[in-house]
Amino acid sequence: MSTASIALRRTTAERSFGHTMTIYLKEAKYEFLKYLRLRVYTASLLSFPTMFYILFGLVLGQNQFLAGMRVPTYLIATYGTFGVMGASLFGTAAGLASDRGLGWLQVKRASPMPPFAYFAAKIITSMIFSTVIVLVLFALGVAFGHVHMPFAQFLILLGVLVAGSLPFSAMGLALGYFTGPNSAPTTINLIYLPMSFASGLWMPFMFLPKAVRTIALAMPPYHLSQLALGVVGSGAHESSLRHWEFLVAFTLICLGVARIGFQRDQEKMYG
Amino acid sequence: MIAELELQTAGNSQLTQPTTTVASLENVNKNYEAVRALRDVNFEVRSGEIVALLGPNGAGKTTAVQLFLGLMPPNSGKVRVFGADPTNPENRMRTGAMLQVGRVPETLRVREHIDLFSSYYQKRLQLAQVLAAAGLEKLSDRKFGELSGGQKQRVLFALAICGDPDLLFLDEPTVGLDVEARRMLWDEIRRMVCRGKTVLLTTHYLQEADALADRIAVINQGEIIAQGTPAEIKAQTRGKKIRCITSISLGTIRQFPGVEEVREDREAVQIRADEAEPILRELLSRDPNLSGLEVTSAGLEEAFLALTAESKDANNGSGLN
Repeated sequence: MSTASIALRRTTAERSFGHTMTIYLKEAKYEFLKYLRLRVYTASLLSFPTMFYILFGLVLGQNQFLAGMRVPTYLIATYGTFGVMGASLFGTAAGLASDRGLGWLQVKRASPMPPFAYFAAKIITSMIFSTVIVLVLFALGVAFGHVHMPFAQFLILLGVLVAGSLPFSAMGLALGYFTGPNSAPTTINLIYLPMSFASGLWMPFMFLPKAVRTIALAMPPYHLSQLALGVVGSGAHESSLRHWEFLVAFTLICLGVARIGFQRDQEKMYG
Repeated sequence: MIAELELQTAGNSQLTQPTTTVASLENVNKNYEAVRALRDVNFEVRSGEIVALLGPNGAGKTTAVQLFLGLMPPNSGKVRVFGADPTNPENRMRTGAMLQVGRVPETLRVREHIDLFSSYYQKRLQLAQVLAAAGLEKLSDRKFGELSGGQKQRVLFALAICGDPDLLFLDEPTVGLDVEARRMLWDEIRRMVCRGKTVLLTTHYLQEADALADRIAVINQGEIIAQGTPAEIKAQTRGKKIRCITSISLGTIRQFPGVEEVREDREAVQIRADEAEPILRELLSRDPNLSGLEVTSAGLEEAFLALTAESKDANNGSGLN
């Protein structure tokens, strides 16, 4: 306890609460603006889940049923998970790897910026993009896929998916500390795409080969998509508590790995 | 060698105002795996001065700055800034840094970058003041990615000064700047010192160190090989440089009394000697057709080359033993 409080004091200058809040807000605001203005980035984050959803959910799946529910509703949960995962991994890992490798993080570390503000900004930005993706999918579903659900249920679905941004942001931070500025995007895709497939985000879980279904149990996106499906009345192969436990444990492990990277950076410089 | 120079300094210097040390490296060693980036370095920054850390690329200048900023710990020795550990967050409130950066977020505007960095500090300069000091008034709404190389450097300078720091670290601040922008930055650095600030800058431009610094520390291969005012460093290489076009052979010139070094320099010969006059008499009497005569004092460049060559020799020597 005492060592923890010393460590905190050593990294953060004394400021009023209001001043600290201002820094966190500005850091998040500019992180968000930075990505919002990168048109290619925002377009690719949004277009993949929406294109998949339009094709499989609205064009091909309009009158189909999966696990006792209409496909347009089912796919909001799974492509929502897919979109949240992409926004969170790219929003944290790619930026962190680039900032670290190309010296920008050093400039920030040399300033009196509270270190956690930097990470918080990345996580908040990922959550905002995640929210937008889920809202777009939902709007498409309501407008063109006759998706109906009570408002409260929709809010819970949105909340679960956006909270699901946390494990993937944590994973992104860990990846950002152990990849370079050039290798980060490729590494993310190498993890993101197979993981999505193996978790049943592209092809519904029950259609996956049995071997893959076993692997899925170890995949964080599987657990998030099952929680989301649970909200809309499907999924629930296990109790939702097990999914939450898995995601919390996964988040903690990733944060631990990121912390190792953070500390390694204090000892050694790159670039 | 350093001790010798410092004794000399004590004798010569008329600027012996009482000054306090604001930052120091004491017996600092820093290694990157097998590479010894800094070897037993002793160096201090005194309040109100501009001190230049001068050396070729790879000499250890950036490493020294990173240690002062608490971005990494030394392997041994002590780093102090304002009498405390450099990672002390209160120190960071009082220091500003301009580092060499590969990529800065490109989609943010100049004023947005400044707004964010200013927010970190307790006391901060007005945006207009920062923009004026860095010569960015007309570029305030530009996105960083739309700026030229020199303009980008000026933004980094703006971020370094926006918190009105007492101590400023500038790592190769004028790399990539054109002559005009470089002079503007020099003026701004001088103005900082007039306002009671302290500046440590690293450079591999001798001219920059000479023009700006109150004190220069020459660093080469991780070692500080000389410290002193620009005049004192220059005094390390006494004598004059003579350049002329002549038919007299190099061998003959070498025999003249007082000649230290003779070498060919394109169509001319270049002679280094303690005193110019005796050599000039000999040259002119022997070669009536001699032309293109120039006599200059040996400058910082010669001193620097002589110093770094000496330290290389010393290292090679010790390598053989």
